[in-house]
Amino acid sequence: MKTIKTLIATAVAVLAAGAAQADITIGVSLPLTGPASGLGIPANNQIKLWPTTIAGEKVRVIVLDDATDPTNGVKNAKRFVTDEKVDIIMGSVATPVAIPMAGVAAEAETVQLSFSPAVLPAGKDGWTFRMPQSNAVMAHAMIGLMKKQGVKTVGFLGYTDAYGESWLKDFTAEAEKNGIKVVAAERFARSDTSVTAQALKLVAANPDAMLIVASGSGAAMPHMAVVERGYKGKIYQTHAAASRDLMRVGGKAVEGAYVVSGPAVIAEQLPDSHPSKKVAISFVQQYEKAYGVGSRNQFAGHAYDAMLVMEKIVPMALKKAKPGTKEFRAALRDAMETMGRTVVAHGVVNWTKDDHWGYTPETGVMLKVVNGDWKVE
Amino acid sequence: MDISIVGILMLDGMTNGAIYALLGLATVLVFAVTRVIFIPQGEFVAYGALTLAIFQTGQIPGTVWLLLLMAVLASLLDVRQTWLHTHNAPKALKAGMVTLLVPAVMSALSIWAAPRQFPLLVQALLTVGVVTSFGPLVYRLAYQSLADASSLVLLIVSVGVHFAMTGLGLLFFGAEGFRNPSFWDERFSLGAVTLTGQNLIIGGVSLALIGLLWQFFEHTLYGKALRATAVNRLGARLMGISSHTAGQSTFAMAALIGALSGLLIGPTTTVFYDSGFLIGLKGFVAAVIGGLASYPAAAIGALFVGLVESFGSFWASSFKEVIVFTMILPILLWRSMSGGHSEEH
Repeated sequence: MKTIKTLIATAVAVLAAGAAQADITIGVSLPLTGPASGLGIPANNQIKLWPTTIAGEKVRVIVLDDATDPTNGVKNAKRFVTDEKVDIIMGSVATPVAIPMAGVAAEAETVQLSFSPAVLPAGKDGWTFRMPQSNAVMAHAMIGLMKKQGVKTVGFLGYTDAYGESWLKDFTAEAEKNGIKVVAAERFARSDTSVTAQALKLVAANPDAMLIVASGSGAAMPHMAVVERGYKGKIYQTHAAASRDLMRVGGKAVEGAYVVSGPAVIAEQLPDSHPSKKVAISFVQQYEKAYGVGSRNQFAGHAYDAMLVMEKIVPMALKKAKPGTKEFRAALRDAMETMGRTVVAHGVVNWTKDDHWGYTPETGVMLKVVNGDWKVE
Repeated sequence: MDISIVGILMLDGMTNGAIYALLGLATVLVFAVTRVIFIPQGEFVAYGALTLAIFQTGQIPGTVWLLLLMAVLASLLDVRQTWLHTHNAPKALKAGMVTLLVPAVMSALSIWAAPRQFPLLVQALLTVGVVTSFGPLVYRLAYQSLADASSLVLLIVSVGVHFAMTGLGLLFFGAEGFRNPSFWDERFSLGAVTLTGQNLIIGGVSLALIGLLWQFFEHTLYGKALRATAVNRLGARLMGISSHTAGQSTFAMAALIGALSGLLIGPTTTVFYDSGFLIGLKGFVAAVIGGLASYPAAAIGALFVGLVESFGSFWASSFKEVIVFTMILPILLWRSMSGGHSEEH
């Protein structure tokens, strides 16, 4: 681990050598090894494509591996603020790592752009902003379609973990506003060998639609169990299931499923009216030009969006202070909170003093599985 | 809740219970012969299901390379050990070759067969061969030199082996899960209950394996030798039964049972690299119900675990695992109260 870290640090140092006396310093902590490396590596790939200057100022980027370990994430964050004197911290992609990093960021009064939907207690996220969409924003898009389809009752089948619970909470709140009722809620774990019993109970409640909250290939098994029990209503999936693994494992059974997704990965299919279409396409083209066709993914998208945000806030902050100072860091935060509506590849953000999640309800897109492929609904 | 729901839940519980029964039996078997509480039993399940899944994509599973690596290590150990004992070079080399032979043949066969996309059954056989070969090697590398250590030390080694195997699983198979094609797609309707071909295969194979194990232990010399080792290691050694061979063949059987269980559940659920642990743990609960000693009690315990799990998921799905694993407490209490406990070893 240490050698990898050193290697990366050296590589970055060599890269940065050309830009001696770099002006703006960005510290990025990503899981390049460990269980979440599948998320961290693509994000790092996009970082390699970042421009070398922002608003005419040279940029120095330091990427450190946190190995999906919260302790390492905190260590990296501390190194960023004490040794490297960074102007902004980014990462991690892994939620459990990003959460404790927020503490360091707040203490050092440095903005943290988290690449994961880190849920923090009220008042603790003063310096933390999230690049991914919140579940509530995604639930908004989903409920929009449910309303259009006349869905009145929903059965919930979700992971018995933080992801499942936060979806249930956010979805129920949004649904009640729209006159939709959650009539039954059942839980399962990713490693379960069978969800027949849960599916039985849900199908017996006979809701108009079923909401399955699971991720990747784990989302297929509950879906198939519900279909197997003869459920004929509509089945909805969340954005964690919006990957091709759903079709790979689920096959014919997931045909006709409705899946909510961020706009970045389905750039070309977005309706022209979607505000993110242009940005998403340029992200996808840039990334796939460098890493091959079909290599697009949401995590590289977060890194892409982070640079878009930087390009907007740095000029604002430069008017107030010089990089490397405490005033500049504070100015960056003020800029984050006052930059207003900004279109990024993953949607439309509008961070304010009270809302550090930022995404506006126009963000989510509903997809339908048709012939084993995505179709925008 | 009406009769059809009860029927469906019973079927679901029994199907899972049959798998737990197999794993429970393997756990009892391994513990009886070697005193190892074999936590990584479930890993063989995941390895089995996922190795087949990778064969299905026409690639060479990472497990094949791991098998080769472990075989080479084990064979070097054997060469060294025989050399130290006998100082006879041909004999030492022969010992090494014997250890290397089966895994090397299995690996070569897999590497040759993988891109040829043979029918499902052939690939399944190959998978069983590869995963079964892991058993003796795991014993050779992790446990053999500690065979006389206390149960606690062996348990700690098991935890280590479990983490190593899960980590390697992530490396070989990736973080996403796979679902294997069904061996038999037929469906039979019995009122509201639909019996799938896969259900029947699971039930049938489990029963057959249990029957075979019983035959093996009751009616073959080899099985009796294993039983003798289980009863008294020293006594068995004095009678000329090698406890190392007994350990290795026990682990081979445990791996075989694990691989078969993996093939059985592969088509009914999505298997991840870390799915095996919980499945194995439920088999372990079943084995504990059998006091880690009785095969029939473990099998009945496994069906019980399966049914509790199924009905538990129906009534209170958020507390399902809690229900299953809390069940072990009153059972342990009852077992320790009801006495009849003999101090072993």
